[in-house]
Amino acid sequence: MSNHITPAVNDQAFYLTEEHHVENGTMLGFWIYLMSDCLIFACLFAMFGVLGGNYAAGPGPKDLFDLDLVAVNTTMLLLSSITYGFAMLEMARNRKGATLAWLAITGCFGLAFVGIELTEFHHMIAEGAGPQRSAFLSSFFTLVGTHGLHVSFGILWLITLMVQLTQRGFTVEMRRRLNCLSLFWHFLDLIWIGVFTFVYLMGVLR
Amino acid sequence: MHDQTPLMHTLFGRLTWDAVPLHEPILLWTFVVVALVGGSLLAAITYHGKWGYLWREWFTSVDHKKIGIMYIVLAVVMLLRGFADALMMRLQQAMAFGDSMGYLPPHHYDQIFTAHGVIMIFFVAMPLVVGLMNVVVPLQIGARDVAFPFLNNFSFWMTVAGAVLVMMSLFVGEFARTGWLAYPPLSGPAYSPDVGVDYYIWSLQIAGVGTLLSGVNFIVTIVKMRAPGMTLMKMPVFTWTALCTNVLIVAAFPVLTAVLALLSMDRYVGTNFFSNDFGGNAMMYVNLIWIWGHPEVYILILPVFGVFSEVVSTFCGKRLFGYTSMVYATVVITILSYLVWLHHFFTMGSGASVNSFFGITTMIISIPTGAKMFNWLFTMYRGRIRFEVPMLWTMGFMFTFVIGGMTGVLLAVPPADFVLHNSLFLIAHFHNVIIGGVLFGAFAAINFWFPKAMGFRLEPFWGKVSFWFWLSGFWFAFTPLYILGLMGVTRRLSHFDDPSLQIWFQIAAFGAFLVLLGILAFLMQLFVSFRNRDQLRDTTGDPWNGRTLEWSTSSPAPAYNFAFTPVVHDQDAWADMKQRGYTRPTQGYLPIHMPKNTPAGIVLAGFAMTCGFALIWQIWWLAIAAFVSMVASAIIHTFNRDRDFYIQPDEVAQVEAERTRLLAQAQG
Repeated sequence: MSNHITPAVNDQAFYLTEEHHVENGTMLGFWIYLMSDCLIFACLFAMFGVLGGNYAAGPGPKDLFDLDLVAVNTTMLLLSSITYGFAMLEMARNRKGATLAWLAITGCFGLAFVGIELTEFHHMIAEGAGPQRSAFLSSFFTLVGTHGLHVSFGILWLITLMVQLTQRGFTVEMRRRLNCLSLFWHFLDLIWIGVFTFVYLMGVLR
Repeated sequence: MHDQTPLMHTLFGRLTWDAVPLHEPILLWTFVVVALVGGSLLAAITYHGKWGYLWREWFTSVDHKKIGIMYIVLAVVMLLRGFADALMMRLQQAMAFGDSMGYLPPHHYDQIFTAHGVIMIFFVAMPLVVGLMNVVVPLQIGARDVAFPFLNNFSFWMTVAGAVLVMMSLFVGEFARTGWLAYPPLSGPAYSPDVGVDYYIWSLQIAGVGTLLSGVNFIVTIVKMRAPGMTLMKMPVFTWTALCTNVLIVAAFPVLTAVLALLSMDRYVGTNFFSNDFGGNAMMYVNLIWIWGHPEVYILILPVFGVFSEVVSTFCGKRLFGYTSMVYATVVITILSYLVWLHHFFTMGSGASVNSFFGITTMIISIPTGAKMFNWLFTMYRGRIRFEVPMLWTMGFMFTFVIGGMTGVLLAVPPADFVLHNSLFLIAHFHNVIIGGVLFGAFAAINFWFPKAMGFRLEPFWGKVSFWFWLSGFWFAFTPLYILGLMGVTRRLSHFDDPSLQIWFQIAAFGAFLVLLGILAFLMQLFVSFRNRDQLRDTTGDPWNGRTLEWSTSSPAPAYNFAFTPVVHDQDAWADMKQRGYTRPTQGYLPIHMPKNTPAGIVLAGFAMTCGFALIWQIWWLAIAAFVSMVASAIIHTFNRDRDFYIQPDEVAQVEAERTRLLAQAQG
């Protein structure tokens, strides 16, 4: 946040005689973007909070949720966050191969997560519990699906960055991009913890 | 024509020849006029061989000043469309009494009032505000550009894409008939099965992405890129209001995105968020859309509060009275704007306690706003006021806006609101604050910063004509609406039975005609100023004896804004520099690092628009193709490493030498 006032500037100077080096704003900008994304999820959570009990004489969470499967799914995502962390540690050690390997593992966990989620959706729709069935199911599919879409985009982004890392190695820009994706990935993890708690666990308790 | 073959349906979705309104003479004539004007404009550009110039210097430009100008051009063009809608409504309501049904069928009339609201807010007021911030903020904080120049260009083109979709609905299909916020269940699939609401949804979603990104962009710009010495409490007031507005954008627009996405789920997938059956709850839509909608009006008004602050202190030749209180008032309004949304639907039946809470928070907003009003008045008090055009608009604003604010406080009282809700009194109130506030402010700003953006001043005579027509026209058009509203006339009616009301609508139509003259005078002002641009040339860069940093550089500012980054010691940095005997450095230039122009923004927005169009008409293959192309080009763009260049010192020296020559000429 600080402006870099060079000590050489005297109290009365009108202008800098050297270039004004401004701190790069990408991380701040990305953080702000994430907060705006968080608001989208907040709206979807609010919708679920209001409509989550409106089963319209259809199936409720107890009939639909398979907590064992959701536990496996949650594990996939949490593990992917840990492995992304390992990738960042390897980046700090400037080890490109190891970074790429951990990123690849992260991507696999992410794919597993999306895969399990799609299976779950498929089962529910096949049972006649699709998003059209009730307001509860509308808000369930939209909230969980939006999270899943984010993870899918994260995977696409991860692949893009892996290609770029292979080409360029650890440039300043590359590190920044990997940091942004790191923020994004952990952010999705955090959202999922909210989904797991409020939608699945508390849903089954309802 | 209704029987499409399956192949045609796959290829064109819902789009058939029926979508082109050949049977509606008004639309047909509009189309002919638009086609003639647009066609001759395109022909003129081609004839003069300007496409290459436009593409290289403007469309692909990442220069904040040029992007700002393009935003304002978009806003002025859309103002003409939005105002044409207003004029048609005024005419219809003045005519349609008793046996006369007027000249607009209800089906068409409903589209007009919806389009009028959508266009005026999203494609006139927003581009004006964002455009002004683009032109002014980086210059005011002594920066070379915004934090993310490419994103800035992309944001602009996304806004254009949204505007194009709205305009397209005029001639291909139709627009929503739901009012500007498209409440369900009316906007749901059961009651609006046609494409109108889809046009509404996708134009706002696409433009909304642009707005959100420019919000992020400006927060980072203002937080990170201020000139050394410019602490937060030395920031010019316009930059402060811009900061607060962008915080509001980032905190409000995602809600709009979410709620429109939910509405589109209802329409496309058949979910039950806002339906009447299966547990849906339409009031959630109303809540969410106003959680965006109320901050939105402050997104529009805060920057123009900043404009008035700059104008008042400049044209009174004084430091702004109560700078600190101005900043705190802005911040308090920013926060309070999130705590009042429910006053838009007191009649929903939330109960007395909830209504009281929101009524009181709403009334509290008038306190910081009143503080601002007094600050401006005290700045004028014993100031040496110069009645230039920006100052006229500012005084017109103070007079008009105070009354609009007072009727607002009146509406904030829940029992009064139960009577006035949905009436023409409400219409008069919000036009009172949006025209009297945002639009007057935008005109003040355009007259004030025009020389900085374009290099020559606007001719004052036609500016004054425009001001007086707007001011008188506004009052003629909306005083009758206040009166009619008090008599209980509701909004959005295309026909009236009681002939005793007609006179008021005729007066209102006369007012709209005066506003038309105001707009024409403004266009005349632009034309005359352009013709006389050599006499009106601003050679000093400081035509008004300004006080903030944008006036310290040349007009128009060079691509790099400042040859040397200024060091700030005072709120009114440039006034302080002039007072302390600043001399302009003429040597020792360094290479300046600049971003390169890129076509990526316009390409991405083009794909987004195509995708939106395909979704509206349910041409699925095209939607998928456009979406995939958009994602692919975004990824390809991230592989582009050729993004910046250096302006060499000898080039800077050349530009600055020309400025030295002009300055000498101005003094001699």
